[in-house]
Amino acid sequence: MQSGNIQKIWELLENVPDPEIPVISVVELGVIRDIQFINNEYIISVTPTYSGCPAVKTFQDDIHTELINNNILNFKMIIVYKPAWTTDWMNDKTKAKLKKYGISPPEKIAQCPQCNSKSIELISEFGATACKALYKCSDCLEPFEHFKCI
Amino acid sequence: MQDLLKYTLRIADTSLILGQRLSEWCSKGPTLEEDIALSNISLDLFGQANGLLEYASKIDGSRTSDDLAFKRNEREFYNLQICEQENGHFGDTIVRQFLCDTYFMIFYQELSKSEDETLAAIANKSIKEVSYHLRHSKNWLIRLGDGTDESKEKVQKSLEDIWKYTGEFFEMDDLDNLMSAQKIGVNNIKLKDEWNLIVNQVLSDAKIKRPEDSYMMTGSKKGLHTELLGKMLAEMQYLPRAYPNAKW
Repeated sequence: MQSGNIQKIWELLENVPDPEIPVISVVELGVIRDIQFINNEYIISVTPTYSGCPAVKTFQDDIHTELINNNILNFKMIIVYKPAWTTDWMNDKTKAKLKKYGISPPEKIAQCPQCNSKSIELISEFGATACKALYKCSDCLEPFEHFKCI
Repeated sequence: MQDLLKYTLRIADTSLILGQRLSEWCSKGPTLEEDIALSNISLDLFGQANGLLEYASKIDGSRTSDDLAFKRNEREFYNLQICEQENGHFGDTIVRQFLCDTYFMIFYQELSKSEDETLAAIANKSIKEVSYHLRHSKNWLIRLGDGTDESKEKVQKSLEDIWKYTGEFFEMDDLDNLMSAQKIGVNNIKLKDEWNLIVNQVLSDAKIKRPEDSYMMTGSKKGLHTELLGKMLAEMQYLPRAYPNAKW
């Protein structure tokens, strides 16, 4: 039985950035749940972050392009809802990348990504994307986005 | 399968139509932050509707999720009538949203126990989003109710105007009984105590009065709607109907 090179697919997907937060990949975001090789075809299980997140369609297209460009033609993507996506799937390295990019990573307590102050105020529970809320730092006065914990 | 299809469409349509209503706030919100908030909530509702319509499409076997959203007529929609009610002013929208968010929260908690794996998974995912929505609408309702004399008077009236649409949350018909007996669907009557508990607490925090239950509107389970739905669909469905193969 052919097993395919599943590891290679994971590596290729590491190159596909999140369309909204290009410093992290779709793998780091945690939306690629599983890759299997069945009947000569890669089955890639993808889960949406938020049900209505418009980036979901975009990163599916990006995954498609990345694989085609690398001559991988025998694949299909399936959407899975269970288990529901959670920010717990992001590791510390990914969170550090978010912080460097200026986004307060998904921790229970938001913190200014510029000056690390915990003295902050909520501006809006909804930000420019479904996954983020808007805060302002009371010390350095910079506004910043916080990745909501879900 | 027709039973499961219709049951799934009821849940999908409720999210779709409320999402469509809320999207009318996009670019017209009272503040930029609220504009973004209401549009984001709308987007989550569209996302939930999309997952459910994809499932309905699979059960149906011949129509796509887009066909189901754009090519059914008013009498073939099963959304709760409260969802099609107009946005009115910001307070009207917040009151409608709070009553619906509370219902969604409890409904999805029950649906997440469904023996239908897809409905259970979508419900589980939706709970995360809806609990965030509920926090938003609840906090606004308290702020408006316990705010100025004018904001209090306005949301009290909003609540009285929309109250007659809340009876549908807890209705059961033959299909609901069947789905509930098969452990696929929710026993809506059982939702009422918890809904009352949350609503009474928040209304008390907001210092506004709970209206007396009187005549309650009904009919959406049979595809009967207020005149507002047809107008909404005319706008929502215009493009895919006028240009059937349009791509963008």
